[in-house]
Amino acid sequence: MNVNQISVFLENRTGQLAETTRLLADNGIDLRAISIAETADYGVLRMIVDDADRAAGILLSHGCILTMTPVTVVGLLDQPGSLANLLDILSAGEIDIEYMYALFTHIKGKAYMVFRVTDDAKLSALLAKNGIAPVTKEELGLK
Amino acid sequence: MKRYYQPEIETASPEQIRAWQDERLVKQVKHVWDNVPYYRKKMEEKGVTPEDIKSVADLHKLPFLTKDDLREAYPYGLLAKPLSECVRIQSTSGTTGKRVVAFYTQHDVDLWEDCCARAITAVGGTNEDVCHVSYGYGLFTGGPGLNGGSHKVGCLTLPMSSGNTERQLQFMTDLGSTILCCTPSYAAYLSETIREKGLRDQIKLKAGIFGAEAWSENMRRDIEEGLGIKAYDIYGLTEISGPGVSFECEEQTGMHINEDHFIAEIIDPNTGEVLPDGTKGELVFTSITKEAFPLLRYRTRDICVLTRKPCSCGRTHVKMSKPMGRSDDMLIIKGVNVFPSQIEQVLLEQGYAANYQLIVDRVNHSDTLEVQVEMTADNFSDSLAKISEMEKKLVEALKAMLGIYAKVTLVAPKSIARSEGKAVRIIDKRKI
Repeated sequence: MNVNQISVFLENRTGQLAETTRLLADNGIDLRAISIAETADYGVLRMIVDDADRAAGILLSHGCILTMTPVTVVGLLDQPGSLANLLDILSAGEIDIEYMYALFTHIKGKAYMVFRVTDDAKLSALLAKNGIAPVTKEELGLK
Repeated sequence: MKRYYQPEIETASPEQIRAWQDERLVKQVKHVWDNVPYYRKKMEEKGVTPEDIKSVADLHKLPFLTKDDLREAYPYGLLAKPLSECVRIQSTSGTTGKRVVAFYTQHDVDLWEDCCARAITAVGGTNEDVCHVSYGYGLFTGGPGLNGGSHKVGCLTLPMSSGNTERQLQFMTDLGSTILCCTPSYAAYLSETIREKGLRDQIKLKAGIFGAEAWSENMRRDIEEGLGIKAYDIYGLTEISGPGVSFECEEQTGMHINEDHFIAEIIDPNTGEVLPDGTKGELVFTSITKEAFPLLRYRTRDICVLTRKPCSCGRTHVKMSKPMGRSDDMLIIKGVNVFPSQIEQVLLEQGYAANYQLIVDRVNHSDTLEVQVEMTADNFSDSLAKISEMEKKLVEALKAMLGIYAKVTLVAPKSIARSEGKAVRIIDKRKI
């Protein structure tokens, strides 16, 4: 639960996403995961980066509107069925997933999924019960 | 063709009109002084008594009335006759707070209908015509005003009211409507529908009287071509009586103000100083014949120009241009009065910054309003569902405040230009 996601408000116009990623690139921020949710008029860019605090500072100083949200990252064997099995567990445990997306990083043959759920405590307990340890930011090499 | 409804009045010499105005103004000021304590107090504060008003030349000495006064005096504060002598009220399409209600004695209804009859006659209306009135009937003055005028001219009057386009077209074709009275946007819509249904050959319309909304010369041409008619403008406001305060003649170069009933002035909206004819400024009306609701020096907030150039139609009454704008920031959207300050209030209540932009447009001849507002840190969330919910709440709050739907667009912070001094908040794309 110690991984922080940055969500940035994006106006739905050409170049908005490029501007934001360029800003991070120019400051040497490494993107580890990215997901966009959008409506006709605006979008929310969600990111896991190597240094969330520094990235947030840069974005804020450039007038972005953002929010930091704790998310759960789970490592899965990079093979067919892994995600389905995990989702079965979450479903049986009545976990409400708000959204999820994948990390670019593959370490030790594993794929990593980012989860945002409505009840973090319930998810932690369910994962522990099933012998699944969420991935820490140290394991992912994040600051 | 009968050209005038009341020729002796409509073509009277300027001296005669001035003589009527002098006499009626003096009488009216006395009537208001005696019967409207609200206005009497205003006069006393300005140190003016009825004795100071001997002719139109003294009109400038009188205090102004504004829409705020009408709200403050609601409902009976400006009434100058006992209710037992009143036979009608009409009301404006105000949306917040108190509406404006205007009272009429039978005499007042008659003079209002005379004004509308002059307008109908000016577009060629006679007792041979079928006058199709598609303005709303009810508190809105459009329907009742033209209906009354049509009766006076002796037209066969079709009190259609607004809406139900199928039925409008059925009556129009079956009963052979020759004069159409409605808003210009509805006329454009009818024209479009008639074209789509291929009914043009079955339409006998020859003229239309279109008001209650601003419209352009382009729109006039579209309507005239689409319906095969001549399209005329009409102007009025509930506070002064309703449609027919002024109307267009065959020359189509401005609207003749019925000066035997209403004295028009143009003032500088900032200083209140009276400006000479031909100068652009705010239009102010004094009603000199109305009994129940006689407003003196009422500020319309409409910006226009008066001209006394002789008119080829033979009418001698002063002409006003189409209103070119407003001296306040009021917008009229779908016929509803909208003040940016109302929108600002809602935004602040909903946790948004008062930094916003209004985009007004006309799509398929219907007005649209878009409110662009900057996203704030407090209202932002990583969850799209939560943002959508906030947005929905804002749309609902705006609807409750304004009475019309406004599309909300959330934009990036600092993306709406800030300007020194008064911010440019309104982009009106309507080609008016």
